[in-house]
Amino acid sequence: MNCQEVQATIDGYVDGELDPVRNLETERHMQTCASCTEAYTAHQALRASIRAASLYMTAPANLRTRLRSSVHDLGRTTPALRAMPWRWIGIAASLAIAIAVTWDLALLLHGPSVEDLLTRDIISGHVRSLQAGHLVDVPSADRHRVKPWFTGKLDFSPPVADLTDHDFALVGGRLDYLDNRAVAAVVYRRRQHLINLFIWPSPEPPSAETAHAMNQGYQVFHWTQSGMTYWAVSDLNERELQEFVQFLRQQTH
Amino acid sequence: MPEQDKAARFEETVLPHVDAAYNLARWLMRNDHEAEDMVQEAYLRAFKSFDGFYGANGRAWLLTIVRNVCYTCLRKNRTGELTTAFEEDLHPIESAAPDPQALLLQSEDRQLLRHALEQLPADSREVLILRELEGFSYKEIAEIAGIPPGTVMSRLARARKRLKHLLINREH
Repeated sequence: MNCQEVQATIDGYVDGELDPVRNLETERHMQTCASCTEAYTAHQALRASIRAASLYMTAPANLRTRLRSSVHDLGRTTPALRAMPWRWIGIAASLAIAIAVTWDLALLLHGPSVEDLLTRDIISGHVRSLQAGHLVDVPSADRHRVKPWFTGKLDFSPPVADLTDHDFALVGGRLDYLDNRAVAAVVYRRRQHLINLFIWPSPEPPSAETAHAMNQGYQVFHWTQSGMTYWAVSDLNERELQEFVQFLRQQTH
Repeated sequence: MPEQDKAARFEETVLPHVDAAYNLARWLMRNDHEAEDMVQEAYLRAFKSFDGFYGANGRAWLLTIVRNVCYTCLRKNRTGELTTAFEEDLHPIESAAPDPQALLLQSEDRQLLRHALEQLPADSREVLILRELEGFSYKEIAEIAGIPPGTVMSRLARARKRLKHLLINREH
């Protein structure tokens, strides 16, 4: 082998990926060639530096935990006669700080509750909306266009909040159908995660707490406030979706 | 396979490789937030297609998915950075061998090296990460990156040359 050939395959040599014949020929060539030996040494120096620099980025501690619980969630059979694990989170309405207390309320049901079924519908509604062309009926980042669009199409006026300052962009609005009635879906986005906020009137009293569940890899929050029931669903991580809920609850006070 | 068994088997063969998944995603996306998003997305997809996975090399299989998820995102948002080809036409790299000692001294600075790596186009950075940080063979790299085995060596050669060039020129 000549210098040109050696240097053309020097990476393979350094990585131990050359076939035995070429490997041997390269070694032999190096024994009498200063310039190829220098090229080889330079290669080794670079590799050594990369190794020495500890460039491996290990995953943040809680990522593994989050993934494990996502996987567990995915592993549950869907037509489950299993309870959805709802957690009630105390979120102060006047909001500087996020979570005060969380406590587990394990609902031991022998069959899916009305709430479980509705959650499943919420998630289905969310997933369906992600299909091409189904996301919004009125595409607009301006809430002064989105809110009036619902007039005449719904028998209530959904509040449409502007959360741009908090890095949640308004994508638009859509009519949807849940819990046997027509509802408003207001769509937001953070990075590449879409958030569906379903809103419809509720006779129930306002809930100080917000309920949270995770199912099929989606985060779901729901609460009642000012005569409306809200359901926020997204594949955005829990912490950030919770921020979304907090800011929203502040605004629609 | 029954869902519960699937989750258990998935946890055994794929979940342990979180660090490798995050490492690759982090180097491709170049920020923590997106790296985490990509890893979660990749795991979701991995679980969904897990029925089609046989064999022992969960790490390589997972990284193929991570890589695809990252590139989909990169293509959507940052098309300028993906490939080497265009740049090299404009700025051909001299092939003179640099002084190894100088190279060693400069590049032991972790920040310097990290910055230089981040400046590489994604497809160069990727093969370096898979080779130098994950220790995959050329054959495995070819599988993960979806390139012919013969291309791995030339891509690595180009990546290393480019990295050296970035490091040498750093001080000026």
